[in-house]
Amino acid sequence: MSAAAREPIYDTIRPASRIGLRSTRGGPGLLRQAALQALCIAVLLSVVFPIIWVISLSLDPLNRSRPEGLTLIPEGATFESYGQVIRQPTNNPITFVELLANSLKIALATSLVSVLIGVFAAYAFSRLRFRAREVLMLVILGVLMLPAVATLTPLFVLLNSIRLDLPGLGEFNLRTSLLGVGLAVVSGLLPFAIWNLKGYLDTIPRDLEEAAAVDGADVHQTFLRIILPLSMPALAVTGFLGFIAGWTEFYFTSTFLSGTPQNHTLALALYAMQGQFASTPWSLFSAFAILFAIPPAIVYFIAQRWITSGLAIGAVKG
Amino acid sequence: MAVASASLTPAAAPRRRRTSRAPYLYLVPAFVVMGVITLYPLAFQVWMSFTNMELIHLNLRLGVQPDFIGIQNYVDILTSQLSIPNFHFARLIVYNIWWAVSNVAIHLVLGVAIAVLLNAKGLWFRRFYRAMYILPVIIPPIIVATVWKNMFDKDDGAINLILALGGGFIGLPADAFQIDWLRQVADPVPWFLPFFSLPLAYYAMLITNTWLGWPLNSVVATGALQSIPHELYEAAEMDGASGWQKFRGITLAYLQPAMIPYAIYGFVVTFNLFHLAFFMSQGGPFGRTELLVTQAYHLANDQKLYGVGAAFAVIMFFILLAITLVTNRLTKATQTYSL
Repeated sequence: MSAAAREPIYDTIRPASRIGLRSTRGGPGLLRQAALQALCIAVLLSVVFPIIWVISLSLDPLNRSRPEGLTLIPEGATFESYGQVIRQPTNNPITFVELLANSLKIALATSLVSVLIGVFAAYAFSRLRFRAREVLMLVILGVLMLPAVATLTPLFVLLNSIRLDLPGLGEFNLRTSLLGVGLAVVSGLLPFAIWNLKGYLDTIPRDLEEAAAVDGADVHQTFLRIILPLSMPALAVTGFLGFIAGWTEFYFTSTFLSGTPQNHTLALALYAMQGQFASTPWSLFSAFAILFAIPPAIVYFIAQRWITSGLAIGAVKG
Repeated sequence: MAVASASLTPAAAPRRRRTSRAPYLYLVPAFVVMGVITLYPLAFQVWMSFTNMELIHLNLRLGVQPDFIGIQNYVDILTSQLSIPNFHFARLIVYNIWWAVSNVAIHLVLGVAIAVLLNAKGLWFRRFYRAMYILPVIIPPIIVATVWKNMFDKDDGAINLILALGGGFIGLPADAFQIDWLRQVADPVPWFLPFFSLPLAYYAMLITNTWLGWPLNSVVATGALQSIPHELYEAAEMDGASGWQKFRGITLAYLQPAMIPYAIYGFVVTFNLFHLAFFMSQGGPFGRTELLVTQAYHLANDQKLYGVGAAFAVIMFFILLAITLVTNRLTKATQTYSL
């Protein structure tokens, strides 16, 4: 993270202490630089190749079901697959915007709820001492240990059992609704948010709180005035990670929403275009995949340094 | 509790008595929500695992109650007696562990190697490479998996086309590379791991996950590399250490504490990596690249054997618990830094 920040310091310190050593002060020789560049470019090609390939596929005209070989810009390149995908990506009568809205609802609601509820518990775990603290932390860790798929069966059965007969609207089944999927997602996201935020709060130095305590601040004032403002970056990062989880959620949506295509999400449409028996042209699939991947990618690039450090914290602590 | 109260800081001790209820106030929202949608379903799952619950029991109007069948589901799973095709429990576990171990090993080696490469003195375009190499991380895994499935397509996939292009230079015919990466039944290198030969789909997914996995390892390794004091290398040079000696004695020694917790984290993530096995190989051929997570998904989603699925999840819990207990000794994840 601090790579860029540290390099100049190294450059200024190193030469003085290296006087008389064999190595050159102005960097490696041209031959070595060429070898390094060759390696870097080889890695770069392997990284970007699939991405360029998909972009190139998405430019194929609609009447071409499969690509005609490896071309950077295919013959008759056009953006019409993007238009088609936005009008109606799958055989279900649902537009891209409706799919997007469903995915957004799940992603936004679940990440917001998890972070807002989670930060209180994270504060308690990080700063307060109480009975059963260790036990409750182990409960959270135990839940975190389980992948979301492992809660699929009971959530399916339990949410399925909640049915209401709404006058005029027919039967409402919690399982087949976006609300039900959202609850299932929060079930796994909340423990993650608590743990991730606790990991961050643990790294905030206590000097400020101690100063506030000297001034007579109580636990609540400390939380609202000191901890909460300081943990904004962590809230954003945890919220973003939760957003991505909801944005691409697949297990619950695919299991719960089988009968209600109007509730389908982008991830389900992607699967429908790509499943075992799908005959969707690759240009449509590629255009859809690109549109699907762009929003999180943009946010990631904007918030890159916070997110990678947040990932590192989550990794080390959880 | 004795440990906790003994470690109270003097500043916190007097305040604690006045606000002893405050911690619980902060915990109530999270634990009420988790109680309803996380902990209760998990407890319910344990009850379900002792029943023969199937699709018919979900129809509330029929009112058919599932039967209590004791540990039958567990016995069926552990002895691979389930009435679903290609289910072999021991093979599933062994494959899943090998999948995670082999992936993480490659991620670690590549991640460190490329971090060292990018850390080379005077490298041009360093920041550009760093920015580009992070690309696989920001693409949602569901897209990575579906795109790479197309990449490995037998007829139109880019991998076969590239191989054919390369083969053309050495005079191989264009149709020599019609490799059915994800569905070929015959194993490619049967002499490798003779007792546990792996299908081609495993190697295809290993390649995909390598593409997906090394960049974050590289980020972590870069952070650790930059914390190495430069004086150490200079001192080693004074003492006449060779490049390799410096790398082993200083670089690797400093990387180890940062990389080991991350490798453990990577192991758990890879162990539970749903998307590749589900979207790319569909567990095939003959269920040989199925993971615990994809098998659990099939039990609930396709086979609708809810009792068996619940028992399977409970077994998964104990497998992951065992893994966590083993790895926890290294990370000590439950400790707050100040305790």
